[in-house]
Amino acid sequence: MTDTSHAELARVVRDHAGRLAASLVRLIGDFGAAEDLVQDAVEAALRHWPVDGIPERPDAWLYTVARRRGLDVLRRDALYRDKLALLVWPTQPDPGDQLRLIFTCCHPALPRAAQVALTLRVVCGLTTAQIARAFLVAESTVGQRITRAKRKIAGAGIPYRIPDPDELGDRLAEVLAVVYLLFNEAYLPSTAEQPTPVRDLADDAEFLAATLHRLMPTEPEVAGLLALIRLHRARAAARFDEHGGIVHLRDQDRSRWDRPAITEASRLIAMAAAQRRPGPYQLQAAIVACHAEAPRWEETDWEQILVLYDMLLHLAPSPVTRLHRAIANRYVAGPAAALGEVDALAGVLDGYHLLHATRAELLRDLGRSDEAHAADRRALALTANPAEQSLLRRRLRWAENARRPVGDDVEETGVTPFPG
Amino acid sequence: MKYVLMFVETEQFAAELRAMDDTERERAYAKVRRWFSDHSDKITHHAHLLPPDTATTVRLVGGEALVSDGPFVEGKEVISGYAEIDVADLDDALALVRSWPACPVVEIRPIAG
Repeated sequence: MTDTSHAELARVVRDHAGRLAASLVRLIGDFGAAEDLVQDAVEAALRHWPVDGIPERPDAWLYTVARRRGLDVLRRDALYRDKLALLVWPTQPDPGDQLRLIFTCCHPALPRAAQVALTLRVVCGLTTAQIARAFLVAESTVGQRITRAKRKIAGAGIPYRIPDPDELGDRLAEVLAVVYLLFNEAYLPSTAEQPTPVRDLADDAEFLAATLHRLMPTEPEVAGLLALIRLHRARAAARFDEHGGIVHLRDQDRSRWDRPAITEASRLIAMAAAQRRPGPYQLQAAIVACHAEAPRWEETDWEQILVLYDMLLHLAPSPVTRLHRAIANRYVAGPAAALGEVDALAGVLDGYHLLHATRAELLRDLGRSDEAHAADRRALALTANPAEQSLLRRRLRWAENARRPVGDDVEETGVTPFPG
Repeated sequence: MKYVLMFVETEQFAAELRAMDDTERERAYAKVRRWFSDHSDKITHHAHLLPPDTATTVRLVGGEALVSDGPFVEGKEVISGYAEIDVADLDDALALVRSWPACPVVEIRPIAG
């Protein structure tokens, strides 16, 4: 199969697996059993569709397989079997069912790794093998996480329901954290490079954020996260050169950015902001929008970016956000002032490569090249990401005769890691 | 579903309690009593335990009973009481525990069967 047809296959499975799961959980009332049936159907689809082609009605196909499998597996359980016999295609879960599914997968009583694996499997229709490859862990590890999580859901009485209004804020934050983690992992994997891109998790993250936004259109933080993801993806084509090296924001070919997508994401941010319930995702999206909307690097609105960072720090104080604010401040108050702010964070962020990479650039701006060299070396020792390593190596090679830095680490060194 | 709530005291919490004068302590106890009476429809039974220095632990090893002084695990966090509750699901249990007015750690454990 070609890459396009693989992507198409993934998209079709994802569009339907979650809906089928939602219908099945509602119908048989057992999260674990329903999830098993969907997984079986998805695996059957991945075996048959590449050979036979994607069926005209993929939802009907998946439903038929799940139903047949269910009648077979659950033969001894008359209760499930009778319920399953009632399942009629087309399956149209009400929107509430899909939300219930997501909130159950991301229940705070489950460990984060299990929340992520469950959400990918149940809501996005990934197989255990696909999840394992995407996160570079053993398939058995993912399998165990899923099994344990399902046992906990049943044993501890984790409900299949939308949280009460007074809990909704915290619970939604938990769901958004899972989506954000997924996106971060896809945007800049923290571990070694993949031999071949197995699955674009950014696509799954956007799908989840878009699904949540469709189901909860009045939640501004959901819109904020969706906009954030879309803004990053709109510029993805320009982020790497032909050798896979990172191209920094200053040097990116902005004509390769997806302008309509940027405009659309900005509109989403404006609509969310109109609700006057600011939050960390909206603010991060607004910061990225400032970069994305600038026609040229020189026209970046740094003052506005600083204001947004201050608001973000007020809502969610974190040393990493303070570091990003300092990076922006280099273009407002100059490198000496920015270096002062960065140095103030050296204690807490000593183990973070971006702190040292930023120091290196500021020191170089100030003509202190020996110290810059040392800081770059420290940064190199601290990152495991191959693209970042290669950037730092390049910079170290050129450092002696550099007239200007290769680029700035502004914002493009990854999505701002989120405070706790 | 039935759960047992295990109330866990920390050293700091115990110290804070000791530092209170009689009126403050009585007020703290009154809050706990009110919590139990407010939720009496969900609480099947509950008990407060005497401090861990009154505990005795028996270890049955190879048919032999080894008796020792103190709780089964020495630590800075000790179980100071428990309550059995009967609620719909874990979210209900969590909602109940969120309003608990005393010790800072509560473990929620479903009852088997």
